[in-house]
Amino acid sequence: VARAGGDGGGNNEVQWCFLQVKGAIDEDVAEADIISTVEFNYTGDLLATGDKGGRVVIFQREQETKSRPLCRGEYNVYSTFQSHEPEFDYLKSLEIEEKINKIRWLPQQNAAHFLLSTNDKTIKLWKISERDKRAEGYNLKDEDGRLREPFRVTELRVPTLKPMDLMVEASPRRTFANAHTYHINSISVNSDYATYLSADDLRINLWHLEVTNRSFNIVDIKPANMEELTEVITAAEFHPHHCNVFVYSSSKGTIRLCDMRSAALCDQHSKFFEEPEDPSSRSFFSEIISSISDVKFSHSGRYMMTRDYLSVKVWDLNMENKPVETYQVHEYLRSKLCSLYENDCIFDKFECCWNGSDSTIMTGSYNNFFRTFERGSRRDATLEASRESSKPRAVLKPRKVCTSGKRKKDEITVDSLDFNKKILHTAWHPMENIIAVAATNNLYLFQEKVN
Amino acid sequence: MEDKVLSPEKAEEAKLKARYPHLGQKPGGSDFLRKRLQKGQKYFDSGDYNMAKAKMKNKQLPTAAPDKTEVTGDHIPTPQDLPQRKPSLVASKLAG
Repeated sequence: VARAGGDGGGNNEVQWCFLQVKGAIDEDVAEADIISTVEFNYTGDLLATGDKGGRVVIFQREQETKSRPLCRGEYNVYSTFQSHEPEFDYLKSLEIEEKINKIRWLPQQNAAHFLLSTNDKTIKLWKISERDKRAEGYNLKDEDGRLREPFRVTELRVPTLKPMDLMVEASPRRTFANAHTYHINSISVNSDYATYLSADDLRINLWHLEVTNRSFNIVDIKPANMEELTEVITAAEFHPHHCNVFVYSSSKGTIRLCDMRSAALCDQHSKFFEEPEDPSSRSFFSEIISSISDVKFSHSGRYMMTRDYLSVKVWDLNMENKPVETYQVHEYLRSKLCSLYENDCIFDKFECCWNGSDSTIMTGSYNNFFRTFERGSRRDATLEASRESSKPRAVLKPRKVCTSGKRKKDEITVDSLDFNKKILHTAWHPMENIIAVAATNNLYLFQEKVN
Repeated sequence: MEDKVLSPEKAEEAKLKARYPHLGQKPGGSDFLRKRLQKGQKYFDSGDYNMAKAKMKNKQLPTAAPDKTEVTGDHIPTPQDLPQRKPSLVASKLAG
């Protein structure tokens, strides 16, 4: 039933067009090429991806020009660099993957761009800067860089700046290491633009961006006896406006909101969000599928969204006992949980994201499907990121999974779904209807159809 | 009268228990979580390995069963158990 009014947006449902696809086409996917994180910066002009091979690729949106009016909003490679390398901790006999778990941009404060990238153990601050001029006419060295003979320097001249081809350089400015015993799952930049948090399975640390040799532990859920361990931290995020507030989610489907003003160690939560469960419906799978894989505040800061295995929930921060909205992502998988447990898919960690006005949310599924949910109208769509529908400006056709009875034309049965084609990472431009969808080793970009 | 209709989730649970009768009662409990925390752990002791090799002389050292992911008990880790050096890093194909 459609509701009258609703949040933002017009009454017409957004139609998506293919914009671009990045990455190799060949069937054999190298593990290093699997995209592990996607993030737009604050203006949406830059889009960063991280992969299992520890590499970061940043795309920049092309400016619309009179000579290329049809290339509206195309994203092209701006910079790429190796962020993390594989490591072996000999003291603990621990193999540390170079996979980039998360990238978070810092708000831009000068000409350069800064981002944080993290693997399981180490967070790095990268500076990405442009160089389009170089100095010429040095006194002590000639144009090749060779030192001039001192007696040949008969007069002084002032070096001048001459234009050169644009060069984009990425340099590591800070390395925040040795603060996490367990595997980092989240980083979040604070609205004070000076601090950020990093969360692993059992602890959350607070850092100052300028200080690498010290971090403050603000949450510690490690039990004195590890035999008593019952839950782990799965995600954490700072509130977008209140620099003292953050939330963290758990493997038991709960979210805790903490206020750093109330105590130095935020083991005591200020708010505890949990949807009551019907005890009679409890099964072996209940806890596993309730584990929250992602938590995201709305841009407004009034709501937060959580993703568990089968659904996305929107919570009002003022109401702890249940979410205000629940959207089923792929409920038909409930009758496949046994095989999804056997092939480990039940442990897949899907992310979710808001659009700029918080009126629509998006999350991924299997078979390269992703889902959008319009909150006001309750309209939902299932779309597919595939090479077949990748013609310029081709409108994406909605897909449908056949859950019972006869399969209609163009529908796909649950058993035909490809569970190796997972869309775990998606991102929405902060202001416009442009979305980035990571399909294993390919990055798809879609934008709203303009008439 | 007992309700015979099982929810899809409970039906799936019954299927799983039929296949794995010894599966623990608490899947979200400590065993599962501890395995998650142990990700990346590799074991190798060159002293143990060389002493075992000397003792066995020319015989093969007992190797881990293929389905074992953790190294425990009689199995002495061999260099084959260690992570292979990863191939040299190349540029991302997204930038190509």
